[in-house]
Amino acid sequence: MKKVQFSRPLFPYLLLIPQLSIIAVFFYWPAAEAIRSSFFLEDPFGFGSTFVGLDNYRDAVTSSEYVNVATFTVWFTALVAFLSLSLSLLLAIKADAVLKGAKTYRVLLMWVYAIAPPVAGLMGILLFDQSLGPFTHLMALFGHDFKLGVNYYDTTTAIVIVSVWKQIPINFIFFLAGLQSIPRSVREAALIDNPSGISRFFTVTLPLLAPTAFFLLIINITYALFDTFGIFDIMFKGEPGNNPTTLVYKVFLDGFRGNDLGGSSAQSVILMILVLGLTVVQFRMMERRVHYT
Amino acid sequence: MAQVKLDQVRKTYANGFEAVQPCSLDIPDGEFVVLVGPSGCGKSTLLRMVAGLEDITDGNLSIGANVVNDLDPADRNIAMVFQNYALYPHMTVAKNMGYGLKNRGASKAEIEEKVKEAARILNLEDYLERRPSQLSGGQRQRVAMGRAIVRNPDLFLFDEPLSNLDAKLRNQMRIEIRALQRRLGVTSMYVTHDQVEAMTMADRIIVLNAGRIEQVGSPAEIYEAPASTFVASFMGAPPMNILTAEVKDDALHLDAETSIAFKAPEVGTKTVLVGFRPEDVQIGGDGSEVFDVQIIEELGAQRLLHGTFGGQAFSIAVGKDTHCELGAQPVTLPRDRVHYFHPDRGTRI
Ligand SMILES: Nc1ncnc2c1ncn2[C@@H]1O[C@H](COP(=O)(O)OP(=O)(O)OP(=O)(O)O)[C@@H](O)[C@H]1O
Ligand SMILES: [Mg+2]
Repeated sequence: MKKVQFSRPLFPYLLLIPQLSIIAVFFYWPAAEAIRSSFFLEDPFGFGSTFVGLDNYRDAVTSSEYVNVATFTVWFTALVAFLSLSLSLLLAIKADAVLKGAKTYRVLLMWVYAIAPPVAGLMGILLFDQSLGPFTHLMALFGHDFKLGVNYYDTTTAIVIVSVWKQIPINFIFFLAGLQSIPRSVREAALIDNPSGISRFFTVTLPLLAPTAFFLLIINITYALFDTFGIFDIMFKGEPGNNPTTLVYKVFLDGFRGNDLGGSSAQSVILMILVLGLTVVQFRMMERRVHYT
Repeated sequence: MAQVKLDQVRKTYANGFEAVQPCSLDIPDGEFVVLVGPSGCGKSTLLRMVAGLEDITDGNLSIGANVVNDLDPADRNIAMVFQNYALYPHMTVAKNMGYGLKNRGASKAEIEEKVKEAARILNLEDYLERRPSQLSGGQRQRVAMGRAIVRNPDLFLFDEPLSNLDAKLRNQMRIEIRALQRRLGVTSMYVTHDQVEAMTMADRIIVLNAGRIEQVGSPAEIYEAPASTFVASFMGAPPMNILTAEVKDDALHLDAETSIAFKAPEVGTKTVLVGFRPEDVQIGGDGSEVFDVQIIEELGAQRLLHGTFGGQAFSIAVGKDTHCELGAQPVTLPRDRVHYFHPDRGTRI
């Protein structure tokens, strides 16, 4: 890269100010505020706060409820990431093999991507509605009385389905692009070298997709952890009750419903550290191994 | 090893374009055939049909004793070397070469032995643990060759395997590939648009033009007796001079002033195309044949003179020691190496 020497050394920083101030105001400031308040016990009515050190963290991590929610979050994240990745990979492989009408097919699959999570949640409610939902009717045919928002497992199923469905398009786009960037001649060489299509997939296609797949894995974990908030919120219809909750949703519940700002801040700081860890892993891996050229 | 037989094989692409018109061809066991022709003439299409990478629209293709039209590429026992090598980027050189064997259930020991042997032949022993991205173009080319030979196939297919190499390496690999093929005795089809490769490597050359076979023959036959003006001007550098001449009074009239006392075969047309290879024309003569030299190109061992003869574009090639200068020069056209072509159809007469 070419280096340009500015005659006034401060000038480049001046250019960075708009960008930096946006980051500062919308990211660092709230983050700093969260870290600060995680060390305080806030008066519920906002009249004052007491410094309590690491008490908020200790209370959060040791409560059995927190452990339950964390366990659920891990399972939920793993399930959503696995299902949405594998289903979209399957769709991408099929779309890649389609010769006629390939464009239409792709556009149809990508549409879902344009739907906002709360809207997806609303559609989920319609699908799984107690009296109107087609999915509820379908389950009734199998003799299961599907109760969204009442039965813990039913609600979980519904949320997982909607979350996976919402995430498939973006995975699909990336997988399809990844598949199409595998040189045609490499696939043809494999066609000559290997009689089994399944073995070709696992020994040539999948390894060449590994960089894409790894990138998507991180994206999907982040999605399942954080971006599903809207889906949860809508599907509960504001009544969490004994419904499944993820760590992020719990931050919201404790902070805004429970008015425990200190505890909820401590929980979000823990989540921040988690994201930081994920990002580090992602950059490390992107630099190493899963890169061929 | 096997013979290959194409029987009225035709290819029409999905968009209706007929890339290969019905063509028939017999390639005996162990022969090295070169498919040559200008860009877009259907060479790759033909080769890829043999490989099974493109469907055959009509006709039959047999390798050995069997018709293989409906066999998958992997079941045809062929090996192909691609223009961009098509190595598996995530596998080491050894894995690249052993991949085809592994998928056919060869034992670890057998794979290792064959890969070692191929690496020895191709001078790749020091690179077996490297990835393709850590190799030079020439080394990648060798790995692609290695991948083809370890499987001991019935048929080698090459699609312009040398066109990504520099001139020096190309000459060297050309000789190596040919020597290797002779040694292994595997029937081979080799696609190129480089006529030097075609002339030097082929047992037989197949000249393709716009999806049609123009001529099949040994390099000598193609050079000595091109079947059409297309072949005549495609094979040979610089290309053959082809002049349009009017046939009158036992002589060929090139323009109002120039006529040459050649007796063309009778075809019942007013004009005829007459061809001379640039290297067959001699400088010097009795002055009845005059070449107007306009440009002199120095090639080192050779010198090319470009200009006009009887008002038509003409070139001759002379040795580096022949004295020549610009302007009108007496030349002598070869009496025994004249090529006549039909004025409308361009076919040899
Ligand atoms: N998938 C396709 N659909 C339609 N037409 C095609 C397709 N592939 C190739 N063609 C056409 O078929 C003709 C022959 O193509 P082919 O690739 O065999 O040429 P080639 O002789 O190998 O040329 P080159 O020397 O440039 O590689 C070309 O005119 C090309 O445009
Ligand atoms: Mg080609």
